[in-house]
Amino acid sequence: MKSSVIVFPGSNCDRDVAVSLEQLTGHAPAMVWHGEAVVPDSDLIVLPGGFSYGDYLRSGAMAAHSPIMTDIIAKARAGVAVLGICNGFQVLTETRLLPGILMRNASLKFICRDVLLRVERDDTIFTNHYTKGDVIRIPVAHHDGNYFSDDDTIRALEDEGRVVLRYCDADGTIGEDSNPNGSRANIAGVIDKTGRILGLMPHPERLADEALGGTDGAPMFRSLLEALH
Amino acid sequence: MKARIKITLKNGVLDPQGKAIANALGALGFDGVDGVRQGKYIELELSESDPKRAEAEVKAMCEQLLANTVIENYQFELEPA
Repeated sequence: MKSSVIVFPGSNCDRDVAVSLEQLTGHAPAMVWHGEAVVPDSDLIVLPGGFSYGDYLRSGAMAAHSPIMTDIIAKARAGVAVLGICNGFQVLTETRLLPGILMRNASLKFICRDVLLRVERDDTIFTNHYTKGDVIRIPVAHHDGNYFSDDDTIRALEDEGRVVLRYCDADGTIGEDSNPNGSRANIAGVIDKTGRILGLMPHPERLADEALGGTDGAPMFRSLLEALH
Repeated sequence: MKARIKITLKNGVLDPQGKAIANALGALGFDGVDGVRQGKYIELELSESDPKRAEAEVKAMCEQLLANTVIENYQFELEPA
């Protein structure tokens, strides 16, 4: 499996996700500077977490217009898998590859802690090593993770089964109490219509090794390896 | 030519920052504030002097970068230099 991790000015999880990819898939990703014109031949492109361009204007808004994005959008439309984690999710919504937007957390506070997530789909290239209904523990670290879309878009996402991860409590119940940031319908991760582009606010790469205190993020990378080889 | 752009949240989009501002105004004793919506204000200095072309250009800038039309509306005024 060939992968590329895009490095924007202000990315800070690019190395973490590269380590996870190398450990769990056996292949080190190419690290690609955002100013490049072309992503090397890849089965998977990862937009990592961080604070690209200092979150100026809106989180992800500047990075969405980085030179490399033209090629990423073209490759995504041609079927290359794209994973956007945290700031990467924000970039994907700003490019409109994924619907909606990540707004300021309802609490107005930066949230950095483990959250519980319910796996809503186990038939995607990103989640086939989980089981539908699994409750997994993954950290979030964001100020702008409050997923918003208009009613029609939320309805379409639900009807098409495109909500892949939701914030939940320990027994998998979805409710306001388990919603860390105000996201509509407790949405933590959504997939595009083709099933090849996933954006999520939690950081699977931060709990993908026993040494980090947990491995609930690891199946995402194993899923990708199985799907993309 | 100068462009003055106002970017505001669409109706129905929650504005937790506006709410926090309203609370703070209340705490200061300003009881007459029924609601707060906060937005952005951007000024551009344009080299373009033709109002029609400037309008088209600023509109494209708002659509592509300055506003996210999923949640925001924008309006602008042009002012001769």
